[in-house]
Amino acid sequence: MARYLVPLIAFVVIVVFLAIGLRLDPREVPSPLIDKAAPDFTLARLHEPRPFAPSDMKGKVWLLNVWASWCVACREEHPVLLDLAKTGAIPIIGLNYKDKNDDAKAWLGQFGNPYQISAVDADGRVGINYGVYGVPETFLIDKAGIIRYKQIGPVTPEALAKKILPLAQTLEKQ
Amino acid sequence: MTPQRMISAMFAAALAALIGAAPAFAQQPAPATPQDKEAHSGEAVPTVQDPVTAKRAVELESQLRCLVCQNQTIADSNADLAADLRAQVREQIAQGRTDREIKDYMVARYGDFVLYRPPLKATTILLWSGPALLFLAGLFMLVRTLRRRKIEGEPRPLSAEDRRQAARLLDAQDGATK
Repeated sequence: MARYLVPLIAFVVIVVFLAIGLRLDPREVPSPLIDKAAPDFTLARLHEPRPFAPSDMKGKVWLLNVWASWCVACREEHPVLLDLAKTGAIPIIGLNYKDKNDDAKAWLGQFGNPYQISAVDADGRVGINYGVYGVPETFLIDKAGIIRYKQIGPVTPEALAKKILPLAQTLEKQ
Repeated sequence: MTPQRMISAMFAAALAALIGAAPAFAQQPAPATPQDKEAHSGEAVPTVQDPVTAKRAVELESQLRCLVCQNQTIADSNADLAADLRAQVREQIAQGRTDREIKDYMVARYGDFVLYRPPLKATTILLWSGPALLFLAGLFMLVRTLRRRKIEGEPRPLSAEDRRQAARLLDAQDGATK
């Protein structure tokens, strides 16, 4: 009996491991920046000459959305961000990552602008400090400037309803 | 030398050559090219001129994973991010940072995943000890099987019944051939 049972158990264990492995997305690398202070920067704004720094948002719960006009998935999440901006639930700041200003402005002109401000990270240096490895990525930052959540890839209505907005509401009460 | 021995000696030599050559196939770090400078246009990236520093940069870059094409190091990858991270490594070397500091810089931003050699931690214990555990389990099973086979394989003396049965079979065969 044990002769058949041992390989069977081994097989089941391997299947369970493989099944779990298939469900994990290797593209989603957990960020070490969660619950750490959002890295500081001072960058030019896309539409205005004066600079933007994360400290300008102190006392607010806000989203930092990394985007670029060359990014296909950004177009996918764009309607979601536009809808969110309309509700006024949470301020959205854009980090325009490795883009050309003219392209970025044209893109926002064509598809609409959900961002209160877009900071220009032309060489991607701030992106590296935020551990950005693909666009889009979105950070939820609390009143004290601590990163509380990172969305890798497009912001979906589900992620917004299930994770981002409930967490933002809790943070708002703090 | 007999022909059989010669063939097995040749096999052994070929195998040894293959094993010896394996690391050379497995990884060939890309040489430091001036391309990296171009990838980072409009910005002064210090050029690594002296070969010792260049070698150090490539060595470090070969230990860091590119997060875009995850099975490549930033030295191998052509991804934009890899070029940026290479520029970071070189810049920090030029600033006199140690290898440890540069790796810590990467880990602080991208997590342990950026290291090709994961650190030994509570969460990585199984990863590090897994191969040894599997080997020991295999060894244990091998020894057990061999022991059991030895006990089963021991010739046991024929009983009277065995002999009678053998005689019957032999007689039957004789009868058939006649």
